[in-house]
Amino acid sequence: MITSYTFSHLKKNLKKDFSSLRRLKVALLGDTATQFLVTAIRGLGFERGFDLDIWEADFNQIERQVYDPTSELYHFEPQIIIVFQSTHKLLTKYGKLKPQLYESLANTEMDNIGNLIGNINSKLQAKIIYYNYPEINDSVFGNYASKTPASFLFQLRKLSYLLMEYASKTPGFFICDIADIQNQVGKENMFKPSIYINTEMVLNMDVLPAVAAKTVDIIAAINGQFKKCLILDLDNTVWGGIIGDDGLENIAIGTLGIGKAFTEFQYWAKKLKNRGVILAVCSKNTENIAKEPFEKHPDMVLHLDDIAVFVANWENKVDNIRHIQRVLNIGFDSMVFLDDNPFERNMVREAIPELTVPELPVDPAEYLEYLYPLNLFETASFSEADAERTQQYQLAATRQAVMNEFKNEEEFLKSLEMVSLVEPFNKFNTPRVAQLSQRSNQFNLRTVRYTEQDIELINKADDYFTFTFTLEDKFGDNGLICIIVLKVLSLSTLFIETWLMSCRVLKRGMEEFVLNTITDFAKKEGYQYLKGEYLPTAKNEMVRHHYKNLGFKEDNGYFLLEVEKYQNKTCYISAK
Amino acid sequence: MERVEILENVKAVFIDVLDNEDIELSDETTAKDVDDWDSLNHIQLIVGIEKKFKIRFTSQEIQSWKNVGEMLNAIQAKL
Repeated sequence: MITSYTFSHLKKNLKKDFSSLRRLKVALLGDTATQFLVTAIRGLGFERGFDLDIWEADFNQIERQVYDPTSELYHFEPQIIIVFQSTHKLLTKYGKLKPQLYESLANTEMDNIGNLIGNINSKLQAKIIYYNYPEINDSVFGNYASKTPASFLFQLRKLSYLLMEYASKTPGFFICDIADIQNQVGKENMFKPSIYINTEMVLNMDVLPAVAAKTVDIIAAINGQFKKCLILDLDNTVWGGIIGDDGLENIAIGTLGIGKAFTEFQYWAKKLKNRGVILAVCSKNTENIAKEPFEKHPDMVLHLDDIAVFVANWENKVDNIRHIQRVLNIGFDSMVFLDDNPFERNMVREAIPELTVPELPVDPAEYLEYLYPLNLFETASFSEADAERTQQYQLAATRQAVMNEFKNEEEFLKSLEMVSLVEPFNKFNTPRVAQLSQRSNQFNLRTVRYTEQDIELINKADDYFTFTFTLEDKFGDNGLICIIVLKVLSLSTLFIETWLMSCRVLKRGMEEFVLNTITDFAKKEGYQYLKGEYLPTAKNEMVRHHYKNLGFKEDNGYFLLEVEKYQNKTCYISAK
Repeated sequence: MERVEILENVKAVFIDVLDNEDIELSDETTAKDVDDWDSLNHIQLIVGIEKKFKIRFTSQEIQSWKNVGEMLNAIQAKL
C-alpha cells in the first residue's frame, strides 16, 4: 500500500509500546545496507498491529547465512524471511561476466535463487518474501536492448519473469513487487545516487515507507488479515449521475465522456468479484429504481448476480452496512466501502472505525489511478473456488428466506437434503485448504494457518490425519467448508490441532456431523480419546464453548472426549 | 537567507530527525557533541536538510564537513 507515513514517523514508532501487538519473528537478508529498511518495516508493522521482531543479517551475507546450517539465521528460527537482492548488485555481476556469458545471466541467477530458497525450505518452515528487481536501463544498447538477449535489460526482464514463474510453483514463496513502486514513484524518487555512494543503500528514504507497506501487506495477508468484501455506493460511484433524478437513459456509463470512467471502474470491481472478493451494494435509493440499471442498461458491466447483498433504501448507511456485515458474517476489518460522498464516508468511518473507507478523488476520471496504489486487496492465496463465492452468499440469502417458511428448524434442515463429501487433504483440495485456513477467523479453535507448503509436509508426516468436508444441499454446493487436522499424541490420544469451519454453514448440523465422523475414525483406529483445545483470539469468541457444547470434558485447560462412550449425535447431513 | 536563519532551520531538522528537543547547534558543534549523531542518522539529517532548503549535496560533500559551520557554508553556497 502506498502510504502517507514518512520515514521519520515510522522511526518514531519504534519508541512506542508494542507489547499488545502480535509478535512475529522476521529475518532480513540483503546484499546492500538495510538498516533503514528494518526501521521502516518495524515502524510500519506497528501501524498494522504487528510487533515485528526483525533480525538483520550482516551486510552481504546472504549465502553464508543460508548455506551454513549453524548460522545465526537458523538459530533465530524466523517465521518470515525477507530476501532483498538488489538490481545494482545484479548489474555489477553482469559487468563482471565474460561477454559470451551475458545472455545466461537470468538463468544462472534464477538457479542461484532456487538453490537458496530450496536450502532455506529444507531447514525452516518460514515464509519467504523476495523483493523483485526495479529496472535499471544501462542504455548500452538503446532501444535495441529489447531485441538483444545479451543486454542487461533483456536479462533483467527475463529474470523478473522467471521469478514469477518460480513463485507460481513454489508454495510459501512470495514476491514483493518493489519494481511496481518504482513504476509508481519514478526512479529518481526510488534511488538516490549520493546516498548509495556513501552508504550502499539502494532505497531512497522517501520510498522506504512504501516498500515497508508492501512488505507488511504480504505479512498481514499470510497471517489472515485481508479484505474479503467491497461495498459500493451507486450514484456517482458506479455510474455518473443520480438514477432517481436523471433516469435510466441519462446516467453516465459506457464509452462516451465521463461514462468511460465509470465503466472502467465497473470492470475493476468485476475483476475483483471474479477473484473472489464479495461485492455488496449500499445505496440511498428506492430499491427497484436502484436495480433498474443492473437489469436494463446495456452498458452496465456489473449485473445483479455479481452482487452478493444489495441494499438500497433510505435508512442511514451505517445501519445498512451493519446489516450487510451480519448477512455475510465477516469482520468489518475485512470490508472496504467506496462512496463518492465525503459526508457519507465520514459518517461511516466515524461509526465503524474498523471498516476501510478510502477517500475518493472529486473527479471520477481519477478513481482507478487513486485506488490502484492503495493495494487494498492483497491476498496470500487464490483458488478456483473463489470465483463462486458470490453465488454462495446469494444462496445463503435464499436459504434464509426459505427457512422463514418452516415451522421448526428440524423440518427445515431435513428439507435441505444435505450431503457432505469427506476426504483427506490431497493435491486437488490443497489450495482451498490453505486458503480456508488463512481466511477463517471466527469458527477456528486454534487459528493455525497453513500454507500449501505446510500442507505438503503434513501429508508426508505419519503422525497426522486430515479431513476436509464439503456441504451440498438442494440449493447448491457450498464447496469445501470445514477442515480437521488430528495429530497423534500417544497410542491412546488424538489431538485436534485444527477444527475450523466457514461461517456460512453455521447452524446446519455440520459440527455434529464432523464430530460423528472423527470419533468414528478414532474408534476404528483404536484410539480412546479426542483432545481439543481452544486458543482465544480477538475473533473466535463464538467457539469458546464449542467442545463443552459437544460433550467434551474440561481437563487442565484442554477438552477430552472418550470415544467409546460417545453416542452419535443427530444431524441431517449424510456422507456422500 | 541569513546565516542565523539557516542555523535555525538546520536545528529544526536535527530536532525532528534525532527526536530531541534539547539540541543546540553552533558553528563549532561536531558529531561528537550531539547524542545519536552517528553515520546512519547523518544520512537522515542530510536528506532532511536537502528537503528543507530544496538543495542537493554532492556525494563527496556529504562526508566532508568537520563541523556544523562547514555544513552551513555548503548550504549557504547553494542558496
